[in-house]
Amino acid sequence: MKALLEVHNLSKNFGAVVAAEDINVTIGEKEVVGIIGANGAGKTTFVNIITGYVKPTAGTVRFQGTDITGQPPRKIIRMGICRSFQITQLFPDMDVWENLMVSCTLLNNPLKRLTRPFDQKGFRDRVMGTLEEFGISEYAHEAVSTLPQGVRKLLDVAMAMMGPTNLLLLDEPTSGVAIHEKFPLMDTIMESVKSTGAATIFIEHDMDIVQNYTDRIIAFYDGRVIADGPAAEVVKNEEVIRYVIGQEPERDGEG
Amino acid sequence: MSRGKDRTIPLLTLGFSLLLAANFVMPRWLSFLVMVSLARSLVVIGIVVLMRSGLVSFGQGFFYCLGGYTAGIAGNYFGITDISLTLLISIAISVLAGGLIGLLLCNYREIFFAMLTLAVSMILYSVIVKNPTLGGSDGFNVPPPHIFGISPAMADPGLSLPAVTCIVVYLVSVLIHRYFKSGLGYAGVAVRLNEIRVEYLGASPKVIVYSKYILAGVLASIGGTLIAYATGHVDPELAYWTTSGEFVFVGLLGGVSHVAAPVIASVLFQVLRSYALDLAPYVWQMLLGFVLLMIILFLPEGLWSVIARLNPKRRGDESAP
Repeated sequence: MKALLEVHNLSKNFGAVVAAEDINVTIGEKEVVGIIGANGAGKTTFVNIITGYVKPTAGTVRFQGTDITGQPPRKIIRMGICRSFQITQLFPDMDVWENLMVSCTLLNNPLKRLTRPFDQKGFRDRVMGTLEEFGISEYAHEAVSTLPQGVRKLLDVAMAMMGPTNLLLLDEPTSGVAIHEKFPLMDTIMESVKSTGAATIFIEHDMDIVQNYTDRIIAFYDGRVIADGPAAEVVKNEEVIRYVIGQEPERDGEG
Repeated sequence: MSRGKDRTIPLLTLGFSLLLAANFVMPRWLSFLVMVSLARSLVVIGIVVLMRSGLVSFGQGFFYCLGGYTAGIAGNYFGITDISLTLLISIAISVLAGGLIGLLLCNYREIFFAMLTLAVSMILYSVIVKNPTLGGSDGFNVPPPHIFGISPAMADPGLSLPAVTCIVVYLVSVLIHRYFKSGLGYAGVAVRLNEIRVEYLGASPKVIVYSKYILAGVLASIGGTLIAYATGHVDPELAYWTTSGEFVFVGLLGGVSHVAAPVIASVLFQVLRSYALDLAPYVWQMLLGFVLLMIILFLPEGLWSVIARLNPKRRGDESAP
């Protein structure tokens, strides 16, 4: 398998706190990888470093062979690395349609061409398609502040995917969503990812979800990778059972 | 957005054509009043451009003053009185100044942005006040303008200057309306609502804010140049913070959801002020205070929200202020 993302010797300290320590991970094209770990294990930091939100203390991140370490998020996003957020990042005051239109416009237009009208036919069709793909057409003209959590989560992912998508990073896509809605939600997202041919990394606490949707699991503990391999093997790993699965994690607070 | 047809440009064309025609029959004092309000409305449109991105500038007087002094200095020191030329020089100077100051300001938001804009305008104010070659605190007179080099057009400046102002404000309104409806216009609103997401949509909030600061500055300097010709005089008060504050007041009065809002508010403000000054010279500022209070309490989206309510079909149009 061709390497899409290569992370070498990645470390990050926040003062005395070690959020990432010597992380080495390679993600192949179209691979679906789950990241597990207790709160504070460094999962979100890992995603934040890859997408440029946090600069690493040491180490490199290469994407499609290009070194992207320390680049600002907007440059990294333009290469086709998309992310969703644990706490959804939407545009309040706008409705669902406008949220997607703004995303589509910004992701597909370089700044100098943004003087063109916002409401373009091509973008309208694309947004319409996305609304259907994610099954949220009925919410198109509702203000995002009134949306159910599941729809907010879907919109958050849909916005990230309005541009070129080569690698999708999902930060707890099902957090805050009712248990019976989790699988349908993941089905929708993974279906959409499959159609783009992108690789996916998702952080998830729910082990059923992780095992159901991933080929491979990376387990984090204390800023380190303690296991990385096929899902079935990792869940049997002693350390993983002791540090990750054994203590059923709480569902919030890592941000 | 996609709901209801946008008739803003035909309506703007109609409105400004009527105003242009009315200019020939209006009494001179009214024509002057409208000219002054229109010129000032350009500054307010700039304020609205910033407000839509969540930024408040208490220093648009800086650019307003730059524009005014450009007309004055060009006329007095270089003999340039052609209005199209001085407007171009004003635009160039404000792009330069805004481009330079914007490099610093695009890093700040909210009160820090507001205070820095104020600081910049007060620096210009004190430089002019202390500088006799710039007329000091008295300022200086601005020679009457020419239009495309033709002085006969100025045979009756009471008619032609209001007409030029009207045409300039019309053109700016159309352009800014298109700008509000463009990707960049919406990007500004997006910056106000969620900067993190904007960054993650591949755009730089700083660059967006930077471009808006320059644009607002250009509009203010055009307004300043027109005012200089309208009144025939410039003084450092143009850059004083109360001048800038007044523009913010008018911006709040009109609201930010449509390009016509600041224009209407500006005319209304000017009319109100001249009557209030006549009728209640000692309490008119208190009256203004009460008006602002009422607006914030009952019409937080400005006077335009009343107009938008009258026409429910058009409301969808302005759904993303």
